[in-house]
Amino acid sequence: MILLWLECDANGVTEISLETVAFARSLSAAGGGIAIRAALFGDVPEAARDQLAAHGVDEVHHVTGAAYDAYAGAAWASALQDIRERTKCVVVAAAGSPRGNEVIAHLAARLDVPMAANVLAFSGLSPFEVTRQVAGGAALEDMQLPQRPALFTVAGHSWTATPADQVTSPAWHEESPAVAEADLVARVSARGEAKLDDSGALTSARVVVGAGRGAGGPDGFDGVIELAKLLDGALGVSRVVTSLGWRPHNEQVGQTGSRISPELYIPCGISGAIQHWAGCSSSKTILAINTDAEAPMVTKAHYAVIGDMHEVVPAIVEELNRRAG
Amino acid sequence: MVDTLVCVKRVPDSSSQVVLTPDSQAVDGRHAGFTVSPHEECAIELAVRLADATGGRATVLTLGPAEASEQLRSALALGCGAAVHVEADGVAFGPADVAREIAAVVTSHADEGRGYDLVLLGNDASDTGDFQVGIRLAYAVGLPVVNGVSTLEVADGVVSAHVDGPDGPETYSVPTPMVATVLEGGVEPRYPTLKGRMAAKKIEIETRAPVTQPGGANRVQLHLPPPAPSTVEILGEGPEAAGAVVDLFEKLGVR
Repeated sequence: MILLWLECDANGVTEISLETVAFARSLSAAGGGIAIRAALFGDVPEAARDQLAAHGVDEVHHVTGAAYDAYAGAAWASALQDIRERTKCVVVAAAGSPRGNEVIAHLAARLDVPMAANVLAFSGLSPFEVTRQVAGGAALEDMQLPQRPALFTVAGHSWTATPADQVTSPAWHEESPAVAEADLVARVSARGEAKLDDSGALTSARVVVGAGRGAGGPDGFDGVIELAKLLDGALGVSRVVTSLGWRPHNEQVGQTGSRISPELYIPCGISGAIQHWAGCSSSKTILAINTDAEAPMVTKAHYAVIGDMHEVVPAIVEELNRRAG
Repeated sequence: MVDTLVCVKRVPDSSSQVVLTPDSQAVDGRHAGFTVSPHEECAIELAVRLADATGGRATVLTLGPAEASEQLRSALALGCGAAVHVEADGVAFGPADVAREIAAVVTSHADEGRGYDLVLLGNDASDTGDFQVGIRLAYAVGLPVVNGVSTLEVADGVVSAHVDGPDGPETYSVPTPMVATVLEGGVEPRYPTLKGRMAAKKIEIETRAPVTQPGGANRVQLHLPPPAPSTVEILGEGPEAAGAVVDLFEKLGVR
């Protein structure tokens, strides 16, 4: 059996968690129809029930209780460990999100078994072999996971969150496994309000307008911010921009920033170093604006305009306004 | 007085083309040069600030080949007061092996009466991207761990660790000693000063041998994704391309 740790937001199960379910269905099919169990913690929106059925989950473990009110990696992994021991699941996986990697790493440490982070695909079942992203996705690693349970996370946006061919009616188990005090020591004790800024909801935006060194300085972002607003999109920047202090780090797209997968990404004045490509390569369409036709960002893009972002972006803004009347 | 151990890894600079070693077991940095991951630069900064603010000491540790002393010297130049080098072929060490080796140093230093209040690591290494060494270390030494920390303060033996969580800012209040993994973004790493570089040269690095045989990383091999030929369609040059760009927006349905 396969056990998945899934995350929810206010709208239901997160997109990358559903991608992980799609990965698990493929693994299940390869293994002759292995049952898929999902573990969800805390508040679960009503919509999640239909999503889990539509995506082919067979059983759901819903973990709640005072010990799980606030996030604690060790406590959550302890509950996951408890479920896995009772259900004898041979695989435990989660999305390759910050929390997904954290919870699975806790479980790996508790069970003293290997963990593969950011897996893209599996190539064999016996021995179980996976391919995963290393160096921010610039290189791939074939790795074996011979121990049971096999633990891994699925790289975000490497699978599509398509529903299953057959809708299931998952059995729902309400649970509250006991937790050792030691596992509750490192626990979220206070939460603040999410910051609202020009990065908006960077990772969920349909359009992201990016800016890099070509912005020229902290004052060089007015055009891209205006373009992002007109397209109802978000602003994303390269690491050089945050390193130079031109924009805040929470706007950074890249290996050490956010990983985005918008319908359209418009990198302006970004050369496309590996560090940045790691964060934007899942974009459905890329339109690069750059003075250098040979820049990696241009050659890897679907569309490009060769020119200075400070001339091209205002012209696009003007054209958008003109057509809007 | 807060004494911190900050763990770094010598990794290939990721700003240029990725090349693999001839045995396909690692990313080859011989041409690109070597550095430490951005997360670790921030971990060093946090450790040095804590040392400065409390009169404590930041000790930097690495596990790696002889050449990794270069990364230790850089951290010393930034204000770390001591360095530990577990000399080993890092490629042969999987994440569980590395955690075990760091744990051995932490335990041995504690036995000698120089235990650490805080052990900092990067959230993930920019080459192997395992996302687990800090957590495995915490279990190996029996300490609590907070992951993905941006900034932290220590007061009265309690660490307030701030994390940019999925639903907004989060704070963990955890008594020392503890382990934390650091994410880039909370602090601006400083640059070394000439004085710092001179002082760094005088510090003797504590060199140790690994305490166990590595179990490895279960790595079969690394390979590079197949090169994708460029299919870019140039919409135009300069501001005159604006019309074609907005046509594209309309075709994609984003306006």
